[in-house]
Formats: sequence, structure tokens, C-alpha cells
Amino acid sequence: MDVVIIDYGAGNTQSVKIALNRLGCNSILSSDKDKILKSDRVIFPGVGEASSAMKKLKSIQLHRLIPDLKQPVLGICLGMQLMCDYSEEGDTECLGVFKASVKRFDNKLKTPQVGWNTISSLKTSLFNDVKENEYMYLLHSYYVPIIKETISCSSYGLQYSTAIKKNNFTGLQFHPEKSSEFGEVVLNNFLINKK
Amino acid sequence: MLAKRIIPCLDIKNSRTVKGINFINLKDAGDPVDLAVKYSEGGADELVFLDITATKEGRGTFAKLVYEIANKINIPFTVGGGIKSIEDVDVLLNNGADKVSINSHAVNQPSFIDNLASKYGSQCVVVAVDAKQIEDDWYIHLVGGSVKTEIKLFDWAKELEYRGAGEILFTSMDHDGTKGGFANKALKTLSELINIPVIASGGAGKIEHFTSVFKEGKADAALAASVFHYNEIEIKDLKIELNNNNIPIRL
Repeated sequence: MDVVIIDYGAGNTQSVKIALNRLGCNSILSSDKDKILKSDRVIFPGVGEASSAMKKLKSIQLHRLIPDLKQPVLGICLGMQLMCDYSEEGDTECLGVFKASVKRFDNKLKTPQVGWNTISSLKTSLFNDVKENEYMYLLHSYYVPIIKETISCSSYGLQYSTAIKKNNFTGLQFHPEKSSEFGEVVLNNFLINKK
Repeated sequence: MLAKRIIPCLDIKNSRTVKGINFINLKDAGDPVDLAVKYSEGGADELVFLDITATKEGRGTFAKLVYEIANKINIPFTVGGGIKSIEDVDVLLNNGADKVSINSHAVNQPSFIDNLASKYGSQCVVVAVDAKQIEDDWYIHLVGGSVKTEIKLFDWAKELEYRGAGEILFTSMDHDGTKGGFANKALKTLSELINIPVIASGGAGKIEHFTSVFKEGKADAALAASVFHYNEIEIKDLKIELNNNNIPIRL
């Protein structure tokens, strides 16, 4: 299986690549349009700040390509947030796959949220073999609210989405590549699922 | 619910884990990759690796070690020790580290923290502060604790938050290596003063110390070294006990 991790200079792509390796899956880091279009799975990672990440995507023309992809696409952390319409972070227009506005956690909460939080209301085969209230690793200051495409939620001051899915697009707020055994289960489910 | 974190810390010198008392008298504590695997399988929530090698050759070896660790474990880890430039950070992140810990260089050039936060995001930036209580105030110390500054801990923590640090790793030099418990009073003040997570370090000796660092010290995470390296506390037993004390923990 060909897996491309989109390389747009945003943060920590290496740990995703290493995690895929552990699952026996070779992947390449690339920003090449043909390679992305031809791949079986696309992973859209991201660590960093929304407006500068969108700028980078635009500078290499990937902002039009990503929403049109037909194969399964997995956005992780900032990657998930960028698949929404808009982010409060840097007042940024994003890719618009999901009709949602990304918001900042309340100022009364310690931000960023760092650490292991439970995920619940799990839907779809992405969470096969993962039980309700399993812990996953999160590291973020902004969140996607609950929307109709929410397939897992967590609580930090309020309930918000930790996974969303629409057609071939899946977004994860938690880091499956860093969430121990069950993070690897989720990543593997994404690889084996047809959609 | 967000869990409190247990973080074993490995000081690395020439690719070996070492441990000293009050920052001196280094003893060998084993192979860092073996320890990393043991801790991640044993239930650690995160790991911290600090490079205490002073030479340039040692730095290259450390980057290789980071890559090896990243390939072996599936939990997050932070690396630090002598980081002075964006290039240093790039090398470590490109080798698979999740976060970096900055210590002396944050004091020498505070704008470095702003630069790191804008390039990588605050979530990637841990600032380590070593402090010692002198009369009523806590003062920041540098160079492994040997050089006192006039900077006060609580003012400094506020400034670091403002500049974009994502977490503060506070080591009490008065407690480090003593195994007599964490600096809970100062930790509580710190945790209530700033709005970013606080990692407590220095003084872990018994399981009860962890219970009190979360209950009384209001810490978000607790870091320790020798109690884990020398098998004095098993992470699994520690977490069961914390859970019994109603502290949210990932079992």
C-alpha cells in the first residue's frame, strides 16, 4: 500500500512515519501532487499554528488539492482543524471539508491541554477493538466543537470532537502515533478500512 | 477526563543513563533505549531525556539516540540539554522527538522562547527551571544549578507563559535527590499563578510523595528518575495507588 504523508513543513511528520513503520507500512513524505493523487492513503499531519500552516499549503497549491482527494485521508491534530471551514487561531480561513469553526479553549483552562484524556461516544469502524473511555494523547489549544460528523468526543471544560468523519475524510484531534497500543489500533484501522 | 502524568526522566551522558544527587556525583543507571522501552511498556505517560554531554561529538550521538528511541516507543517524549538554536531544535524534532526542553538559553536569550513558539507552536516548548529557595524567595539557577541568578521563580514563570512556553518543568534544587518529597508549597503557588501545565520535579522517594504532589502541589505531571531507574517504585503500583486516591490517572 502506498501511503503519502503530506510534507508542508509543518512540524512533526517524522513520528507519524515511524509509527507507520512499526505497523509494517512504508510511507513517503511528499508535497508532490502526482504522488499524493496516486497514493492509496493520505495522511495530513500538523503541529504548529493554523494561519502559517495555511500559508504554506497555499504556497505549494495544496489547499485546492486536499479537499478534492478521493482516497481515504486522515488529518491529525492541526491537520484535522485545517479541514474545517475556519479557525480562530490567526483568524484563518481553512480547507472547508467540514462545516465547523475551530475555537480556542476557555481562558480559565490550562492551555494547551497536554496529556492523556478519555475518548467516548465512539462511532464507525475506525474504533474497532477500541473500548469506550480509552485514553489517547492530546496536545492542543484549539478544538473542533461537536458537529454532526463527530465520531468521538472528549471533555476539557466542555465536550468537543476528538474525531470527525465525512465520506473519505477523517480527522483526529488526538495523536494516534503517540497514543500507545490503542493509538496504533486506530491508525491500523484507518489503513485497512476501504473508506 | 484529563489524567495526571507520570514522567520518568533520563539524564544521558555518552549514550548511557546517569544519575547524580544534587546535580553531582554521577552514577551509571543503564542503557537509555532499554529503559525507555521498559517505562513505556510499564505505563509511563511520557518520557524526558536530558543530554548532559558537553561536547559537539556527543550532540551528534544524542541525535542518533533520539532516533533510536523514537523507533522503539509509542508514547510522547521530550528532549533537552544545551539547546541554543532553532537548528538544534530542528535536528531533535526531525529525529522523532515530540517536544524540546529549554533551560539556560531561555534565561540568556528570552526571545528564543517567542521564536520557538511561533515556529513550532507552544505545545512543543517545555521550559525547564531549576530553582532554590533563599529566605522567602525562589531564585533561578543555571549550569546544572551551580550559578545563581537574581531572577525570581514566580516572575520568570509568568514571563515564560507570556512568551509562549507550553509547559514549565520546575525542579526544586532543595528537594532534588533527597527522596524527601516534592516542593509542594511552591508548586501550588506556581500552578495557580500560571495557566499552562506544571511538571513537578525533584524529591520523589515514595509513592505518597506523588499523591501529595497532585493533591497539595496541584501539579499536572510529576517527574522522577532514580526511584524508577533503581526499581524502588514500579510505575504500575504507583498508578494503582494514585487511582485509589481518586487522582485521575491512565491505568
